[in-house]
Amino acid sequence: MKTGLSVFLVSFVALGASWLGLVYGPLKQLGGAKQTVILQSSDNWPQQRTGEATLGLQVYRANGCAACHTEQVRQTGVANEIVLTSLGSNNAVDFKEFIKSLMIVPELLNDSNTIVGNLDPWNGQPPVTLYSGQDSAVVATLADKLKPAGVKTESRIVATGADIDRGWGLRQSVAADYLYDQPVQLGSLRAGPDLTMIGLREPDMNWQLQHLYAPRSLVKDSTMPAFRYLFEVRKIGDKPAPDALVLPKEFAPTDGMEVTPTTEARQLAAYLMSLKANAPLYEAPFTPVTAAK
Amino acid sequence: MNTDETKSFCTTGIDASCRVPLLALFGGAALWLVLGLGLGLAAAMSFHAPDMFAGCACLTYGHAQAAANDLLLYGFAIPATLGVMLWIFARLSQAPLALPIVPVVAANIWHLGVLIGTAAILMGDSSGYTWLEYPRVAAVLLFAAFMLIAVSAAATMGFRRDRSLYPSHWFLFAALLWFAWAYSTANLFLISGHPPRGVVQAIIGWWFANNLVFVWLALTGIGIAFYFLPKFAGKPLASSGLTLFAFLTLILFGAWCGIPRSAPAPAWLPATSTFAAMLSLIPVLAIAMVSWKTVGSAGFSLGGGPFGFIKFGTLSFVLSAVLYIGEFCPRHSLVTDFTWYNFGVTQWQLLGFAGMILCGAIYHILPRVMEKELPFPKFAKWSFFVFAIGALVYVIPLLIGGTEQGLKLRDAKNVAFADAGAAALMFFRISTTGQILLLLGSLLLLLNILVMTMQWKLGLLKTAIAAVKAPLETSDALRPDQGEVKS
Repeated sequence: MKTGLSVFLVSFVALGASWLGLVYGPLKQLGGAKQTVILQSSDNWPQQRTGEATLGLQVYRANGCAACHTEQVRQTGVANEIVLTSLGSNNAVDFKEFIKSLMIVPELLNDSNTIVGNLDPWNGQPPVTLYSGQDSAVVATLADKLKPAGVKTESRIVATGADIDRGWGLRQSVAADYLYDQPVQLGSLRAGPDLTMIGLREPDMNWQLQHLYAPRSLVKDSTMPAFRYLFEVRKIGDKPAPDALVLPKEFAPTDGMEVTPTTEARQLAAYLMSLKANAPLYEAPFTPVTAAK
Repeated sequence: MNTDETKSFCTTGIDASCRVPLLALFGGAALWLVLGLGLGLAAAMSFHAPDMFAGCACLTYGHAQAAANDLLLYGFAIPATLGVMLWIFARLSQAPLALPIVPVVAANIWHLGVLIGTAAILMGDSSGYTWLEYPRVAAVLLFAAFMLIAVSAAATMGFRRDRSLYPSHWFLFAALLWFAWAYSTANLFLISGHPPRGVVQAIIGWWFANNLVFVWLALTGIGIAFYFLPKFAGKPLASSGLTLFAFLTLILFGAWCGIPRSAPAPAWLPATSTFAAMLSLIPVLAIAMVSWKTVGSAGFSLGGGPFGFIKFGTLSFVLSAVLYIGEFCPRHSLVTDFTWYNFGVTQWQLLGFAGMILCGAIYHILPRVMEKELPFPKFAKWSFFVFAIGALVYVIPLLIGGTEQGLKLRDAKNVAFADAGAAALMFFRISTTGQILLLLGSLLLLLNILVMTMQWKLGLLKTAIAAVKAPLETSDALRPDQGEVKS
């Protein structure tokens, strides 16, 4: 490195390469992304948000909610599950024996202990998970062998991982989920829970509003700041406002006063309700649970 | 080379040429540092008493923390770095600062940009992208100011008497290009009217954040450290070859880090970053070796003063870089992602590494460019210990608490979410003590710079008044020569 020019050129090449790789590359690959089709459905994913929710994204941005909340769910893998949903005309004891007799099938041999073990604590009433694990051949074989016996089974793919177990999502978040977010706010800290699916977890608008006004009235020991400046405390007029919050006594304002959400609060709640990453996609498959579990 | 440079007969002239630009850059930087740490403290209060700012939008965590982070980086670290860089370039060139008025103007534009940006965030006008919260106006001002200072710095470097380059030249000169490119790219793509669709926004944001907070801070911080360490240790920089190797590998590999493991993006992106992060251990180790060999036996004697600051900062760089690289390890990241750990690493990079190096450099440079002792030399000494202890008490609990939180978050079957948060909360509350200490240390720095500036301005005023009052004497005596300014 003898001259300024050589330093400049070397730095230019180094930074330029990473620019090509991490800025230009993703732009080419994802910049023109369009809606994708939901697995086993003709619907498209994601859908544009509607009015209030779109504006609510801006309230979310303005208040820096992403400083404490993520909108991305991680997944460590997938499990193939097969669940017995109906015994048909068989009884449970015979079924258990039948399963044991199947364990000589080569595909099942490796997992025989798990499969038989799954049935040990079973009370005899379906549904029961017969197998949940990595091997899709086990599921296919079990389904194949059980079908002629007259029992009904359901095979499904489920995402696994701590985030999924916490109920924050049904599958990992993928690039397609954020197509219509502007700005995209993935968040990097979980001082509060992940919000990827908050619209499904807490589908009640009043819950959302009350939680914004007084988080500790709904979640004990919550560390979320109360966003009281998004609400208006005012004197009750001739009759209470229809959208006034119904608050527990210790969080309610003094008598004769009521708390009503401002437009911003309603927009923010609408945005939160719109967060529902519940579509199985090609790159993040899972089987939506429709039958009783 | 920089051991010879003190022999120069015109050091005083070189230092004096930097005086006004450096005062403008350092004064503002110290003020923003105090404000940034103060806002950070206000943000942290949300976790002590969540309802404290329930009625005050601008001080809730989401507003205050973003403003605080940006103040530490854009308000403090960058202008202070630029000031130190100008001085180092002038000293290494053995020539006075080129175009000295340009950085003065630029410093004021920069500070105006930071003021507008901070006000915008507090009023809810943040752009929503991490490290790019400032609105378009502020971003344009910052970029313009940076380019102006870069022109002055490059010109000063161009006028150097000894044509060979010192290692600090590589690091600092590369940093000029680095910021200009990264900042303009990120702002053009994200803050312009038509950002790309979807998750590409986040990817560009990660690329930018990595290149600014990891690579840029490393380039400038190590560039500055490699100037001062040999100077204070009284021997030349250990190995020029190894330093060059460290520089090249840092810019080659460091620039590719930044995409977190959890990114909802095509898998090749986080995989590339993980690979690059592992390779980035090479320059970090090389830098550690060069510093260690240079400082040698003086490495562990932590007296206060600039040497202590720079040594602490260099050690902080190595440790924070290793922890940062750890964020990209597949297994490690499963625990630490989305916890206070990553937050703690960033704060360490900003305060423990860049902040310490810059404070040390400022305390060393200021008396020289002002040609007088610091008004409160004891404060300078204390502030080292206050800063060092503050940084440790701030960051270490965050790292431990974050890991604890991460481990509990992973154990979804046995630990409720609230319990995982509560586990980290205790550590977070301890770390607030560190923030208070840091704030105290930054006040000591601000006081020194402020009083020094006031004294200098008073001196100027006195000279001016004396010149006006003076009876008609020979015209030579009327000229307020710069050399006479020390009152």
